[in-house]
Parts: sequence; C-alpha cells; structure tokens
Amino acid sequence: MTDSVTTGSVTHATIWRHRTPRTALLLWVFWAFMVGMFVWCWNLMTARTMWVFVYDAPRAAQDLFSRALPPRWEYLGQLWQPLWDTISIATLGTLLGIILAVPLAFMAASNTTPSRLVLRPFALFLIVATRSINSLIWALLLVSILGPGLLAGIIAIGFRSVGFIGKLLYEAIEETDINQIEAVTATGASKAQILNYGIVPQVLPTFYGISVFRWDINIRESAILGLVGAGGIGAQLQASLNVLAWPQVAVILLLILGTVLVSEWVSARVRAALI
Amino acid sequence: MTETAKPYPGQWRRPPQLVQSRMWRIILWTGAILYLVLAIGSVEVNWTRVMDGLERGQRFIGGFLQPDFTTRWRDISTGLMESLTMTFTSTVVGVALSVPIGLGAARNIAPRWIYLICRGIIAASRALQEIIVAIFFVALFGFGAFAGFLTLTFATIGFIGKLLAEDIEDIDESQSEAIRATGASWLQLVNYAVQPQVMPRLIGLSAYRFDINFRESAVIGIVGAGGIGGTLNTALSRYEYDSAGAILLIIIAIVMICEYASGHLRRLVK
Repeated sequence: MTDSVTTGSVTHATIWRHRTPRTALLLWVFWAFMVGMFVWCWNLMTARTMWVFVYDAPRAAQDLFSRALPPRWEYLGQLWQPLWDTISIATLGTLLGIILAVPLAFMAASNTTPSRLVLRPFALFLIVATRSINSLIWALLLVSILGPGLLAGIIAIGFRSVGFIGKLLYEAIEETDINQIEAVTATGASKAQILNYGIVPQVLPTFYGISVFRWDINIRESAILGLVGAGGIGAQLQASLNVLAWPQVAVILLLILGTVLVSEWVSARVRAALI
Repeated sequence: MTETAKPYPGQWRRPPQLVQSRMWRIILWTGAILYLVLAIGSVEVNWTRVMDGLERGQRFIGGFLQPDFTTRWRDISTGLMESLTMTFTSTVVGVALSVPIGLGAARNIAPRWIYLICRGIIAASRALQEIIVAIFFVALFGFGAFAGFLTLTFATIGFIGKLLAEDIEDIDESQSEAIRATGASWLQLVNYAVQPQVMPRLIGLSAYRFDINFRESAVIGIVGAGGIGGTLNTALSRYEYDSAGAILLIIIAIVMICEYASGHLRRLVK
C-alpha cells in the first residue's frame, strides 16, 4: 500500500498523522534543545555536589527518623508563647500590609488614581517590587538592620503583603460597576464622597477576602521567619536544629503543620461566608 | 394608614454591609481591639537597638543605591549560576514527574486507589513549606545545590500536579467519549483526547512555576541548599550592604524578566 492516493489533482495521505511534518520537526528540535539544556544545567549544578552524601541518604534518613521519633511531647509546653508570637507576627504584619497597601491600591487603580503620569507608575512599581522579594529575604535584611525580634518579622511580613494585597485590591477597584459610581456622582457628591459611597462598598467584600487570604499565607510564612532571627516558632526550630534535638524538631514541625491547617480552614470558612 | 404616622426620615445611616446583628458587631469589634492590645503588648522592642539600626539602615539604602557588583562578583556569579541551573532542572524534572501524578489524581481517568495515592502525594507536597523541606533535604543529602534541586522538584510536584489534575477533571467529556468510541486504549485516550485539551495550560503553568522556583531558589539558600540565597546570607552577615544591594537588584531584575516572559508565553499559548 502506498502512503498517498491521488484523486483528480489533489494528493491525500492515506495514513492520518497527528501533526504536519513541519510541526513534528519543530517539536523534535525543541525537545532536543531542552534535553541538551537540561544536561548542561545538570552538570553545572552538580559540579560541587558531594555524591558520597547523596548515596548515603537512605541510611541518613533512617538515622534521622530513628532519632526524631517518638517526638518529645513535653516540649510542647514551651511552644505556646512562640506560637502566640508567630500568630502576632502574621496578624500585625497583615495589618501593616493593609495600611500600606490601601492607599497604594487607590493610587494604582486607573479609575481612582489622582495622577496618571506620576503616582500611578510609582505605585505600580512599589507593588511589583515588594512582591518580588520573599518575606524571608525581607526578614534577613530587617534583622540585620533592626536586630533580632518580632518587630523585624512584623515589618518583613507587612512589606511582603503590600504587593499582594495592593495588586488584588487595585484590580478589584478597576472592576467596580460604573453605574453605581455615576449614581452617586449625580447626587452632587464630592470626590471623597464618591470614593466612600460609590467605590468602597463595592470593593469591601473583596478587600476582606484578600486580607483573610493573605493572613492565612502569612501564618505559614511567619512560622519560618524565626530561622533568620525574626522571632516566633521558627526561632525555636532554629535553636533545636542547632543542637540537633530532632525529637523537638518533630514536635515543632507537627505544631506548625497543625497551625497551618487550622488557619487554612478558618480562612476558607471566612471567605466562603463573605462571597 | 399607620405608615403616615412615621415621620419622613431626615437623616440616612449607611446600612451595615457584612454583619447584620448589632450585638455581633459590638462583640467582634471588642474582640478585635482586645486581641490587638494583647498582641501589640507582647511585642518587645529594644528601642536602643532600633536606633543603632537606623544608621545601618541608611548604609543599606546607600548600598542599594550604589550597588557593588565587582568585589564579590565570583561569589555572586557562582550563586546565580547555581540558582538558575537549579531552577531549570527542578522545573523540568518536577513537571515530568507531576504529569503522571496529575493524571493519576484526576478522578475521571484514574482508578480510585491510584487517585487516593496521587492526591496524598500532592497534599503532602503542598502542606510542607519549601524551607522546611529544604532543611530536611540538606540534613539528608548534604549542603549544596542538589538538596535545593530536590526541594524545588518536590514543591513543583504539588503545585503542577494539583492544577493539572483539576484541569483534567474539567475537560470536555464528549471528546474523550469520541476517542473511546474508536476503541482506543487508555494511553491513546490520554494522548489524543486529554493531552490536546490540557497542553496549553500545562505549558503556562510550567512557565509560571519556573518563575516561582527561581524566587524560592533565592530563599532556600539561606538554610544551605545552594544558590544565590546563600550568597545573600553571607553578604548580610558580613554587613556588606553594597554587595547585598547588588544581589537583591539582580534577584528583582531576574524575577521581573521571568514574570514578564512567563506572562507573555501564557498569553501566546492560550
């Protein structure tokens, strides 16, 4: 059987193919490039890897778990204060983030910005820049500047939250219903009154939703900020890791996991109630 | 006509938007204020240390404005190379592993027991933060980029696996029914009915995850998993704010390029 038949002047393939030869070739080149790139990157990355440790990993894992289990539950008593600190960092940090993000969001939204040419790009830049630096890096910086403690953690969480809350909030402001704003404007309302009665009621549910969502993420992040000295339960984790007290590490990790699950549940419930 | 007895209101009060009951509003507000007072009260601030810090803060801002790329360039470039290669390899391996796991975690094409196993893997990967996973992998595999690579791969599986599985569960069933009606095997079903429907989204998600993995690779170095994070940590603990400023600027620049490129790619394949 031949691969093609000719009816009149048109040649058809008798065998159906998923792709045209051209796409197939391009795909092949793409995959070859990816494989080459991967091998190159892999060699570079593992150039300094000590393979002895890697081959030793199963034994090390066994050793680690035999040390970590059973968890030292009595240690839990010393963890409530750091846990409270962690939740404080997350909550106060979220508040700081909100306080900084709300004006930025109103400046960045194209329908409420006071100046399109100067303030809007500036606000957008601040939103992108604070979002691209992880809270752990912020904490690293702030601990080195302000010294270890909760304050550095709160400011780190706050700065990281600014970009997140600001971005989602300004998108919500831009999506507000123009009819309601026009109705308020038609009563002769001033600019501030339009904001207060036309826009704020429309974005308020979204705003609460975003804040609770960010609070939930911040609980996760504040749990580990202590690793770089910013207080909370991560500081206990760091202390236990430094003395290789694996049973204590196990307790801390389980507590962090439990807290994260609870905060996720709370935030999901609150957001479901809001929408 | 009892209605007329009520005088026309001369004043308007904004109706409450969220909590209708007055009592609950009062309880919520008192609770919130009480919590805030307690929380702020428990924050101990060493003001003399903060005052000392302000001078350092100025030096840091100075270093940020006049970043020093040259003095530590060898460290910075090794860290950066490690971060980038780690990001690329872990995204590739992570996506490759999360495709079978995502297929297994889709209720409409996988048997129940496979579904439960794959969902379990995804849940475990999502519940643990990268940093904590990195601490473990560093303890098991030693310091360096390999531990970081494993951490990012593990995190990628949870992210892509979950979103891919949800996407597969949302596919147009009529197409897979048409393929099934031709007598196709399970593999052919996946290849000709599922894959064309989810491919654009998978490409978009992979690009997005590349972006996230780079950000994370800048962080997990702090606990010893290689990459630019380690370099940054060293620079800051030596109080070399000008080198730290340079590293941060490089991170921000690469994150912005990645974000722009992945956004562009996602619009392209949509």
